[in-house]
Amino acid sequence: MTEPAVDITDLRFAWMAGRPVLDVARLLIPRGERVFLRGPSGSGKSTLLGVVGGVLPPQSGTVRVLGEDLGRLSASRRDALRADGIGFVFQMFNLLPYLSVVDNVILPARFSARRRERAGADLEGAARRLLAALGLGQPTLLARPVAELSIGQQQRVAAARALLGTPQLLIADEPTSALDADAREAFLALLMQECAVAGTTLLFVSHDTSLGRLFDRQLSLPEINRARPDAEAA
Amino acid sequence: MRLLPLAARSLWNRRVAAALTVFAIAVSVALLVGVQKLRTEARESFASTISGTDLIVGARSGPVNLLLYSVFRIGDPTANISWQSYQLVARHPDVAWTIPISLGDSHRGFRVVGTNGSYFEHYRFGDRRPLAFAAGGPFTDLHDAVVGAEVARALGYAIGDRITIAHGIGEGSFAEHDDQPFTIVGILERTGTPVDRSVHVSLEAITAIHEGWESGMRAPAIGARPGETAPADLTPTAITAFLVGLESRAAVFQMQRALNEYRGEALSAVMPGVALQQLWQVVGLADTALLLVAACVVLAGLIGMVTALLTSLNERRREMAILRSVGARPLHVFLLLEVESALLAAAGVVAGFVIAFGAMALAAPLLEQRFGLFVEVGAPTGYDLAIAAAVVGAGLLAGLLPAWRAYRNSLADGLSIRL
Repeated sequence: MTEPAVDITDLRFAWMAGRPVLDVARLLIPRGERVFLRGPSGSGKSTLLGVVGGVLPPQSGTVRVLGEDLGRLSASRRDALRADGIGFVFQMFNLLPYLSVVDNVILPARFSARRRERAGADLEGAARRLLAALGLGQPTLLARPVAELSIGQQQRVAAARALLGTPQLLIADEPTSALDADAREAFLALLMQECAVAGTTLLFVSHDTSLGRLFDRQLSLPEINRARPDAEAA
Repeated sequence: MRLLPLAARSLWNRRVAAALTVFAIAVSVALLVGVQKLRTEARESFASTISGTDLIVGARSGPVNLLLYSVFRIGDPTANISWQSYQLVARHPDVAWTIPISLGDSHRGFRVVGTNGSYFEHYRFGDRRPLAFAAGGPFTDLHDAVVGAEVARALGYAIGDRITIAHGIGEGSFAEHDDQPFTIVGILERTGTPVDRSVHVSLEAITAIHEGWESGMRAPAIGARPGETAPADLTPTAITAFLVGLESRAAVFQMQRALNEYRGEALSAVMPGVALQQLWQVVGLADTALLLVAACVVLAGLIGMVTALLTSLNERRREMAILRSVGARPLHVFLLLEVESALLAAAGVVAGFVIAFGAMALAAPLLEQRFGLFVEVGAPTGYDLAIAAAVVGAGLLAGLLPAWRAYRNSLADGLSIRL
């Protein structure tokens, strides 16, 4: 467990030859750290998250995530690494509308035996505990179709899902940008608290620098990315 | 993994479109199952028109023609055969029984069959079922008639009713043998064969009503009248055809060859099974075409399913990205779509069977009453199950296209959600 959560050296990635989107000399995120990555649109943010999430293969350089060298893994092993070790929260519309709140939360356990094990025999109980910890304990709320929840509530359900089965890395991509200022900090506080409880590394990506002060460390993607991708290529 | 509940919930979320797709498949499957069922029953009913008869003998002609006029009572006989030839065969030691058949007259559109008591004793249909009387019994008097079930139903006849027979076999107003009315003494039970549509009288009666009609129309002032003494000899000089039952089936080929090579008269002897098969090859073309059409309708139903799934894919890109983010591989996305296709096809098959068997159960009494077609609605047969498996299999095959598209989309989209 001493290996860093994310360890990138000389990563280059281009969608089209000769027009690199990413050129990162070094990015190191130790285990348990809570990192704020400022990434305005057009900075190569989506591509970086795709590489770290194991969806895009690194084209050159080494990308080690949770101790695994992604460049040496097959696509399906990268998918397995994501399923077992990484939770995601996106900007909005994170939930499958046809599943109940609890079923949305236990979704990762359908694809990862490890997270199913770590969540315990009582999957639904684990989901309810996480939801309650994130302030969604009321049974009436859990019985509602997910589309009827407020955006703030939906984001907390997404956070509960990303945390189910204690993944070692949680990637949050603009999870607060659809929330108003008060809800934003409240959501962030809950997310950080639960990451601390689980010992989960948090990589929080946002263009909203006002949140940066709440993190262990702040990074700026435009500064670490030597490539200058166009807005549309990001 | 457990993709089945996910696929089911996702489909339920799109239930109106899914229900329409299922309905389209269900209607097509019902059509296919129904056509197949009717086809089987029609073929069985057709094949069971005559059984237990070893040979059908008539004037020289093709087997199908002979079968058509002697058994199905369709079309006209080419020629008659002499009473002497018939007697020669009937008295042959290998021959167990014969049923003479004399055609040429009609009663209000129904064929009149001149025969003898052997008809009611030896004629077999279906699974060697003998003819049975719903009322009355065989003819005993010269002017007695026995009618088939359909004749009795269509014309509302009962025992004791008097009918006249027309010369010739058209529906129109021919010369009536109205000088010699017949009395109905027997009504046969329904058989689902042309027997139902026949009026049976004795050979002697046929001779009697044609006394003096040798020119084709009535000669004045001669011929037997009811109540009058019948002419001394009413033995016919000719009949149309006869059915032969042998003592031993082993002799059938020998007897057939002997009859076909008979020098006294140009005869044809055919085995009913062979002739039925030849006839079915002609009739069966139509029903194979029908089956083909039904199969094409199933194809159209499945194309509808593919269309529905393909058009849904664009609005489901977010769903796929979410699944990818929680650990689904592109293969899972592919399988999810395949499972959805399988569910849609399977639901369509089940609904189609319910529609088909329900409709057949409702229509069975009508089919039996109107067409003498006995449709047995039992458990699905092995053939039905093969149809079900084939449709689900075709559904899976058709589902490959949307599944592949979703797979490609999810590879390209990754985790980024595009609206």
